[in-house]
Amino acid sequence: MKPFKSHRGIAAPLPKSNINTDLIVPARYLLRTRKDGFADALFSDLRYEVDGTPTSDFVLNQPPFDTATVLVAGDNFGCGSSREHAVWSLADYGFRVVIAPSFADIFHGNSLQNGLLVIPTPQATVDQICSTLTANPGTEIAVDLDAQTVVCGNLSYTFEIDPYRKECLLKGLSETADTLRSLSTIETFESQHGQSRPWLAAPHQS
Amino acid sequence: MGTNLFEKIWTANSVMERPDGATLLFVDRHIVHDATSQGFDKMEAEGHSLRRPDLTFGLADHYVATGNSTAQRKPSFDQMVSRLDAESRRWGFDSFGPGSRKQGIVHVAGPELGITLPGCVLVCGDSHTATHGAMGALAFGIGASEIAHVLATQTIWQRKPKQMRVTIDGTLGQSVTAKDLILALIGKIGAGGGTGHVIEYAGSAIRGLSMEGRLTVCNMTIEAGARTGMIAPDETTISYLEGRDYAPKGEAWDRAVAHWRTLVSDDDAVFDREVVMHSDEVAPMVTWGTSPMDVLPITGTVPDPSVAGSDDERKRISHALDYMGLTAGMQLTDIRIDRAFIGSCTNGRIEDLRAAAAVVKGRKAQVPAFVTSGSGQVKAQAEAEGLDRIFTEAGFEWTDPGCSMCVAMNGDLVPPGERCASSSNRNFEGRQGRGSRTHLVSPSMAAAAAVTGHLADVRKFTGSRS
Repeated sequence: MKPFKSHRGIAAPLPKSNINTDLIVPARYLLRTRKDGFADALFSDLRYEVDGTPTSDFVLNQPPFDTATVLVAGDNFGCGSSREHAVWSLADYGFRVVIAPSFADIFHGNSLQNGLLVIPTPQATVDQICSTLTANPGTEIAVDLDAQTVVCGNLSYTFEIDPYRKECLLKGLSETADTLRSLSTIETFESQHGQSRPWLAAPHQS
Repeated sequence: MGTNLFEKIWTANSVMERPDGATLLFVDRHIVHDATSQGFDKMEAEGHSLRRPDLTFGLADHYVATGNSTAQRKPSFDQMVSRLDAESRRWGFDSFGPGSRKQGIVHVAGPELGITLPGCVLVCGDSHTATHGAMGALAFGIGASEIAHVLATQTIWQRKPKQMRVTIDGTLGQSVTAKDLILALIGKIGAGGGTGHVIEYAGSAIRGLSMEGRLTVCNMTIEAGARTGMIAPDETTISYLEGRDYAPKGEAWDRAVAHWRTLVSDDDAVFDREVVMHSDEVAPMVTWGTSPMDVLPITGTVPDPSVAGSDDERKRISHALDYMGLTAGMQLTDIRIDRAFIGSCTNGRIEDLRAAAAVVKGRKAQVPAFVTSGSGQVKAQAEAEGLDRIFTEAGFEWTDPGCSMCVAMNGDLVPPGERCASSSNRNFEGRQGRGSRTHLVSPSMAAAAAVTGHLADVRKFTGSRS
C-alpha cells in the first residue's frame, strides 16, 4: 500500500447524499484486473455521454476541479456494493482524500486498505467547505494524517481515525502480513473452536 | 445484564484484540464467487496461500450466462467464471459452476446447501452476504483486500458494531411479503439508518416468516446501511437445514441443534437502538426513486419535491424524478413499464417463484419478462412443480440461475431509458444497465406489473384471505 503522511491539493465539491458504488464505478468495469487501472471508470456515467464525449455539467469536467485530488461529498458516501473497484477508481483518478459527513461501512474499510484517506466530518463543516470551494474554485485542502488535521482556507479542524489504520497508512503496511505474525494464536484458537463446534470445523465429514 | 445473539457469536469467534479495540474474528465459512478474482490476485501478490480450503466454498453467480433475450455476452465473462473454477482446482476447495445442480447465487445456494449454519461467522466479497444472518449466522460482505486477508489467515479484523433490534409484530396482510416488510423498514429508517449497526429482527411477523422470507429481510438490511441482519434460529431454521448437503448429520447434527437452541438474545439483553414496526402498517410496496428508501405503498402517488423537508431533499427528489422520468402527483399504478425481472439473491427462491406464478397463471405478459431462479435446485424444484410452464405459456423467458439482470454484469441488462419492475434489491441509477429505471417490488408485484404492463396492486389479482 502507498503510504499516506500528508496531502495538499485542489478539492472538488460533490455535495450529494448516498453516492453509491454503482455510480462511482458501474458494474461493466469490474472485469478489469487491478493492473488495468480504473481512472477512466470513475463516475463514468456522470462524466461521459453515451457516445463517450465528456458531459459539461459534471464537476470533475470543469477546470480547475478536473485536477482535484480531494473530494468533498454528501453523507452515506460509498453505500451499496462491496466492490473495492470503487476505491481503486477514486485512487487511480488521483484522489487521495474523501471528506464526507459519513461513509458506508464496507467502503470505509476498503478505502483505508488502499491508502485512500476518508475523513468523516460534521455536516455543517462539509457545507462550509463546499461553500468555500464553490466561491473560490481551486481552493486547496491540506491534510496532515499524523496531526489528524484538515485545513481549507480559514477553516481548520481535527478528525478521528482508528490508531491501527493510521499506523498502517503512515507506514504503508499490509494487514495480512501483520496478522500472520500471530499465526500461533490463530492456530490455538482454531483448535479449541473446532473441538467445541465440530460441525463447523469439518463441513465435509458430516 | 444478558447478552444478545450478535454478542454471543462475536464472543465465541474472537481470537484476539488489538490495542486499538479491533477484534480478530475467526471465519467459519468463506464463500468466493466469480467476481472475487482480485482477492486471489492480492493474496498471491503478497506471497500468501489459501490457509483453509476446507472452509472455503466457490459459487459462480455474477458472470454466468442466464437468459438469451437481452444477452450481450463477452468472452471475458466466461473467463471470470472459469477463473473461479481454476482457483478451486488449484487450491482444492469445493466450487460449483454452470451446469451443476448445486450452482446458484451465493446467498441462495449457500443456505440451501447447508454451507451457512447458525452461529457461524460467514464472509463473502458481496454486500448482500447480510442475507445469511437469517439463519442465525454473523455474516457480512467484505472488499477485495479483506478477501485476501481471509484467504491467507481464515480471520478478519472488525470493530464491534453497535446493535439495533427491529421488532415487527402482527400478521401480514393479503399479498404482503417479506420484501414489503424490508422495503417499508428502509423507507422508515433511511438508506443510512443502520450505518455502524447490526440489526437483529424479532417479533411475531418475523417469527411467522418462512426461511425464504427471512433470507429476503436480512438480504436487504444492507440497503439500510447496516453491517448485517440476523434472526435467531428456531424450528423453522432447524427443519430447513436438516439433510442439506453440508449440514451436520447423525450425532454431530444433534450436538449442533442443541447448541443452536442457545443462540437467542437473552430476555434482559440490551441493544443500542430499538425500532418497532407493526406489519399492519405495511402494504405491497414499490420504489419510485433511485434509492431503496424512496418507497411507498402501491396505492400512493409520486411524491412532490416541493413538500420535502429540506433543500437538499428537494433537490434529491427532483433529480430522482428526472432520472426516473416521473411527474409528481401521478398515481403509482399509472406508471407503465417496459419489462419485468423476477429473480436475484433477494427474491430468487422457490417461494418467490410460486407467488409470482400464482399471479401469472392464465394471463399473458404485456412486456418482455425474465424469470431467473436463484439456484439450480430452485430451478429444478420449480420445473418439478410445473412453474416453468406457467411462465413460458404466459410469454415469460425462463432462464438459468445467476445474478442476471439485478446487477447486469453478465450481459442481461435493461436498455437505456427503459423501466423495469424488478424483484431485485437496488434501484440505483444505472444499476440494471446505463440509463435503466428500476422499480423495486416483490415477485408477485413484478408479476402483476408484467401481466398488465404497468405497476399494479397485486391484491387485485389474488383472492382475499379469510
